[in-house]
Amino acid sequence: MNSTSAPPRNAWEELVTVALLGTDRRPAPGPAAGREAPVALLDAAAVETVRRRAGVRPARAAVRPEPAAPDPRPPLPPAAARRLAQLLADRPGAGGGGRRGTAPDLMELLPQWLALANACGLAAPPEALPALLDTARGRTDLRPAALAFAGPRALWLARLNPDWRFALRAAPGGGADLPGPQEADRIRRLWQEGLFAERVALLTGIRAQEPAAARELLETTWATERAEDRLMFLDSLRTGLGSDDEPFLERALTDRSRNVRATAAELLSALPGSALAARMADRAAACVAVDRTRDVPTIVVEAPHECDAGMERDGVAPKAPAGRGERSWWLGQLVEATPLAAWSARLGGRSPEEIVALPVADDWQGELNAAWCRAAVRQGDAGWSRALLGSPSATEAAGPGAVSLAERAKLLGTLDAGERAEWVAGFIAAHGLSEAFQLLGVCAVPWAPALGGAVVDALNIARDAGSYPWSFSGVMGLAERCLSPAEAARLDALTATPEEQEDASPGAGGYWSEAFQRLVTTLRLRAAMEEELRS
Amino acid sequence: MVGPTFDDMTQQGVRWTAEQVLALAPDAASRKAGSKLGAAGPWSEAGSSDEGTVWGLCKGSGSKPYQTVIDVADSSGPAYKCSCPSRKFPCKHALGLLLLWAGDDGSVARAQPPDWAEQWITGRRRRAEEKRTTTGAESGGTSGDPEAARRRAERRAERITAGATELEQRLSDLLRGGLAAAEQAGYGLWEETAARMVDAQAPGLAARVRELGAIPGSGPGWPVRLLEECALLHLLDQGWLRRERLPDGLAATVRSRVGLPGSADGPPVRDHWLVLAQYDTADARLTTRRIWLYGAESGRTALLLSYGAAGRPPELTLPMGLAFEAEVSSYPGAGQLRASLGQRFTAPEPAAVRPPGVTPAQAAARYGEALRDDPWLDSVPVTLSRVVPAPDGDSWQLSDADGDMALPLSLSARSRPGLWRLVALSGGAPVTVFGECGHHGFTPLTAWPEGAGDAVGLC
Repeated sequence: MNSTSAPPRNAWEELVTVALLGTDRRPAPGPAAGREAPVALLDAAAVETVRRRAGVRPARAAVRPEPAAPDPRPPLPPAAARRLAQLLADRPGAGGGGRRGTAPDLMELLPQWLALANACGLAAPPEALPALLDTARGRTDLRPAALAFAGPRALWLARLNPDWRFALRAAPGGGADLPGPQEADRIRRLWQEGLFAERVALLTGIRAQEPAAARELLETTWATERAEDRLMFLDSLRTGLGSDDEPFLERALTDRSRNVRATAAELLSALPGSALAARMADRAAACVAVDRTRDVPTIVVEAPHECDAGMERDGVAPKAPAGRGERSWWLGQLVEATPLAAWSARLGGRSPEEIVALPVADDWQGELNAAWCRAAVRQGDAGWSRALLGSPSATEAAGPGAVSLAERAKLLGTLDAGERAEWVAGFIAAHGLSEAFQLLGVCAVPWAPALGGAVVDALNIARDAGSYPWSFSGVMGLAERCLSPAEAARLDALTATPEEQEDASPGAGGYWSEAFQRLVTTLRLRAAMEEELRS
Repeated sequence: MVGPTFDDMTQQGVRWTAEQVLALAPDAASRKAGSKLGAAGPWSEAGSSDEGTVWGLCKGSGSKPYQTVIDVADSSGPAYKCSCPSRKFPCKHALGLLLLWAGDDGSVARAQPPDWAEQWITGRRRRAEEKRTTTGAESGGTSGDPEAARRRAERRAERITAGATELEQRLSDLLRGGLAAAEQAGYGLWEETAARMVDAQAPGLAARVRELGAIPGSGPGWPVRLLEECALLHLLDQGWLRRERLPDGLAATVRSRVGLPGSADGPPVRDHWLVLAQYDTADARLTTRRIWLYGAESGRTALLLSYGAAGRPPELTLPMGLAFEAEVSSYPGAGQLRASLGQRFTAPEPAAVRPPGVTPAQAAARYGEALRDDPWLDSVPVTLSRVVPAPDGDSWQLSDADGDMALPLSLSARSRPGLWRLVALSGGAPVTVFGECGHHGFTPLTAWPEGAGDAVGLC
């Protein structure tokens, strides 16, 4: 190597230029010392390269991020942290796939794990946050629980990575960005200058804590909001709805936008004491009566003949959807918005059960029952729900009116968890599992012992009947997530492959045994998860 | 951990963590399949013995369950045996069983091994014992005809010299015509030259030549990088052609950089070695696994290399964060950290050892000094203490918590998911980071929180 004394500053740039053009076109700088030009160039470049690399110096530090807010929650026990890593590693797209066999579906257990961890008040391990945020990004249903568990550091991370911006929008109360209820100035400024999503988050956040303050905030700018925005803002008043809101909602009944009017009317009708509810009750009462002149007291219906301006103002949609008679359409809306308590007085002091049991003249029964169902759900009336649901063991046709499964599921939502589980257990005992999926979906997790027992019995009956387990895959999946882990021991007996019966589907026994094994494995895993979190 | 677990720990060493088990998986599909089997459901008669044997029966699709048995205590790494037909190694059953064992929920109870597991273990240990005695007897014996070996080495050196001379000629031609012209010539030129170097039995030169071919397409600033790499290749050629005149250490470095196989004939260093990091890089021909070790007593950092051909995982697996007692011998060459793993005395176990750290400024200086021994070095392993990951424009840097200096992250580190694990671990507070520091920037591989806490893998 030619050792050269320190070359001028731009020596390296000069070497690069010569190299680019070639030594035939441009002579190399520096002494060639009897060497060919390209060799001399390579010699000099080698010295410079090593010199440059050896002289690498650290850079000036950029502005460091503000440290994340501390997470006061206690850390996860080590076993629970490992479990979380395992559940997150099972994300779709993380490889694998295919038939499940007897192995539990880990991803499906994540919601439960998160709920448990949140209930225990434990902090997420920081290194797991990226995987957790990526998972929550792909699954909106997981976001609230995932973000609650992820804690303040996840919001800190979300500000640094655009992929995780959703966390800032979706965080409870909008995250640390949103002002608290005491910061009046910041609230006002954000309300007046914020983006639509920020404003919705702000309004929802305040409404959850101080319903009146949220309504007052909304009223400050109500007149100047765009119609779509008014609709969204009005919708956020659903939480914490109370009689205080009535004057505002009454004014909204005269809104320029029909959708806003309809929503205001809907909200008012959910307030049984409101003037709108009383007006609707008057109208409905004029249409429905008990005819005592018949052999058996019978409900007779005289649907409204027109949808007058008053009805329209109170949110009745005048135009019926295609295929529906407009008179029955109007009737349905009136009954739906009428406080249920008004019917007892109107129909001879009868209880909900007695009313529902009355015969209805001229095929109006379906219409009337459907409207009462909607009213019971909207007003959260357990008494009427009970009457409309009837006995769980009654056959479909003999049940009180033609109440569909979807309506039953909604009605069940108004009952308390214990009563709900009992009703569904009764339904499954009488009708089996084929129609139970929707109803099971509204039951509290883990399932109450009676309900769990009914489901396991029904699965056992289905297996003995010789059908394939995938006809019940929906219920099986629910059972894996919702059955109490305490049932695992009882299920063990079912995991054996039974003798093939003559009338059974070929191989069904093996598949059932596999399905039950997966169920038992998943229940054990859930028990282990809970144990890990509580240790 | 409570109750019986503590008892287990004292009897048979600490159980591994799930991550450490999953690090044994040969690929992502196995990792996933193994995770699914890491629950009690399909397993029966699972147990473990005080001697470090874990066994169990796993129900598969057939009528007869698979028999899986693992020897975790073997000092040369875990050994597996499973009656399943899978050619993956370890198979998903072995991984699942280890996970179950690691999960420690009582489903792998301490017990006497059943006959089928006992037979395998005994056979295995007997064979290992025999092997140890035979190799002990044979070492120093027949290493071939020394005269013939010398002649073979001479012939190879002549071929390499011819290759290096030819390469010098090609580099000269390249710079005579200019690098701008080389951009148009494209990849073919380099592929052909690389093939010539393979013929010349100089795989180190061939690999460098092949890399030159990729530089013109590597984005802005490529002429600088191409000139640098051409110049370093020239330096290596010249080093080889004049190796007799170089100091011994540097000559050995040149020999190993050119691609002559060395043997790890350094004195064996017995130490408590912490696995700092393990990561794979793969091209179409070869998977290369790098394992960084830190000796708790010697303070030495050593690099173990392991190779797997065409898509197969390298054999050696040492889960990050574990430490074990073993002998390590270094390869020849000044500034070379490569070593080979000799006898292992204990199985890898979780350890609280952390390597001591330096500041970003010291780390940069350390790389500069290392170039004195090996000017072809791309990076040196360094542990940084009290650094904060901070965004810097489109990039990130590790910034000295107690100063105003920072090391920029390398381009490859910026796009890895490990970056976000590092950022999340820090949360804006100082962390300790082990990684590779060089002219590309810093590539973080492992991090530790400021307070107590386990190592977090970033690669």
